[in-house]
Amino acid sequence: MSGFSFLEFIQQIINGLTLGSIYALIAIGYTMVYGIIGMINFAHGEIYMIGAYVGLMVITGLGLFGVHSITAILLVTLAISILVTGSYGWTVERLAYRPLRGSPRLVPLISAIGVSIFLQNYVQIGQGARDVSMQPVLTGGWRFGPADGFQVYVSYMQVLIAVITVAFMGGLTLFIGRSRMGRACRACSEDRGMANLLGIDTDRVIALTFVLGAALAAVAGVLVSMYYGLVNPFIGFIAGLKAFTAAVLGGIGSIPGAMLGGIVLGLAESFASAYLQTEYKDVVAFSLLILVLLVRPTGLLGRPDVEKV
Amino acid sequence: MSLSPALTPAVQSADQPLLAVRNLSMRFGGLLAVDNVAFDVRRGQIFAIIGPNGAGKTTVFNCVGGFYQPTTGSVMLDGQAINHLASHRIARLGLVRTFQNVRLFKTMTVVENLLISQHTQLETRLLPGLFKTPQYRRAEAEALERAAFWLEKVGLLAVANREAGNLAYGQQRRLEIARCMITRPKLLMLDEPAAGLNPQETRDLDRLINELRAHHDVAVLLIEHDMSLVMGISDDILVMEYGRPIATGAPAEIRSNPKVIKAYLGEE
Repeated sequence: MSGFSFLEFIQQIINGLTLGSIYALIAIGYTMVYGIIGMINFAHGEIYMIGAYVGLMVITGLGLFGVHSITAILLVTLAISILVTGSYGWTVERLAYRPLRGSPRLVPLISAIGVSIFLQNYVQIGQGARDVSMQPVLTGGWRFGPADGFQVYVSYMQVLIAVITVAFMGGLTLFIGRSRMGRACRACSEDRGMANLLGIDTDRVIALTFVLGAALAAVAGVLVSMYYGLVNPFIGFIAGLKAFTAAVLGGIGSIPGAMLGGIVLGLAESFASAYLQTEYKDVVAFSLLILVLLVRPTGLLGRPDVEKV
Repeated sequence: MSLSPALTPAVQSADQPLLAVRNLSMRFGGLLAVDNVAFDVRRGQIFAIIGPNGAGKTTVFNCVGGFYQPTTGSVMLDGQAINHLASHRIARLGLVRTFQNVRLFKTMTVVENLLISQHTQLETRLLPGLFKTPQYRRAEAEALERAAFWLEKVGLLAVANREAGNLAYGQQRRLEIARCMITRPKLLMLDEPAAGLNPQETRDLDRLINELRAHHDVAVLLIEHDMSLVMGISDDILVMEYGRPIATGAPAEIRSNPKVIKAYLGEE
């Protein structure tokens, strides 16, 4: 009996890691933008939704052209979705946030909420408000465990999600840590005024963080549309809230924090669905947010915000 | 050692001062913080502005560096008016400064702080960076070399990979100076560089400033409270009180100037 529940436990960890990877990818967009301009980009969930739509369209289109190789589908879809979604991220920053730079904090926040509503309705008009679905591209998986008892099921898609997520996070970490633009990003997030004085074009760095965040959201969107085979114009709202929770949980402004926060949140939800009730997963997720804000407002890996003189 | 052609001034003659400040006044509402200040900094000179607290020294600095738009007056660098330029443009023309409270990127390493200040001189387009083209690698290697040169000069080579925020205060000050010097400025402005330093660190600083002037073709404009430092290294000194200039001259003249003595020690 004990072995039985242990396998169930393993299954929840696997499900949680899958969900957590998606949250983590979206959360990075929140945390990077916050790190540099101190603003919560509430339109980020909608950016992710657009990434998912583009992903679904490209995959369906490739199917029409008779492309069935999973590698080809994945590479082309990721590339196109990153490109399209990245340009949405860039445009939103250019039109809705940059003109408001230097205004009080609340102003860009409200602009972000406006962008979020706009994008949701824009997709509804273009694509309809109903669910859009497609045939799963990658099916099957592995089963482990006794033939007559509970078996742990790991789908190929779950493994793919984990691999792609790790690859993109590794890439981002290298970019931020090693490249010149990454260095400029870190400098801007620490002291934007000083970075500007040293001749760094801070507007360009800010635009870059929006594009990077949108690109990772696009990756999450593509993976989700492949995993569930279903999108609608409203998926961005709840996914955005969850990813925001993950970013705060990990410590907003910290990239490793967003990764960790996503995984922790995914695991918490997965266990809540399994051991309480599926309906309780959101309750658990947001209770976790409230708990962190009460007990450790800087998040798991965040630094305390030192008042600048 | 030559600067790029874009930085060559329109007019340049040997006797023209590097920095010329004329009729500089700065009013904040009803307060005249700086009242009709004028001075010249020549090439290779060390020029100090001293005065009691609230004399308007930092305000002069902020006007020269482009942080404030002066109410009246002009600031010329190499014959070019700079008082309407944004501060990052002024920095690119060769006038850089440090701050009273050290402003390093504290979570980045010491060497990264020096690489960041070379950002504008480095190629930052995305594609060469992604593919690490030979030019990109060469430029990065040169930037590292310059960083190593300056770290050696200010005695921080051994701590190059430490987080800047973990350095001792005196080391942070030297790093800030190195970060300025690596951009090859014509004029280095130091805002109270000896503040918070112990006597030994102050002597090191004194030696460093002298060496910069002697070997690196830079003029130094500094604000300082520490009289031992100012009197020892300055060629010329401007004394301010209540926003007004009360004396200009060599250290020996300043030391014996009755107005200065009165400003500092009060009347007998």
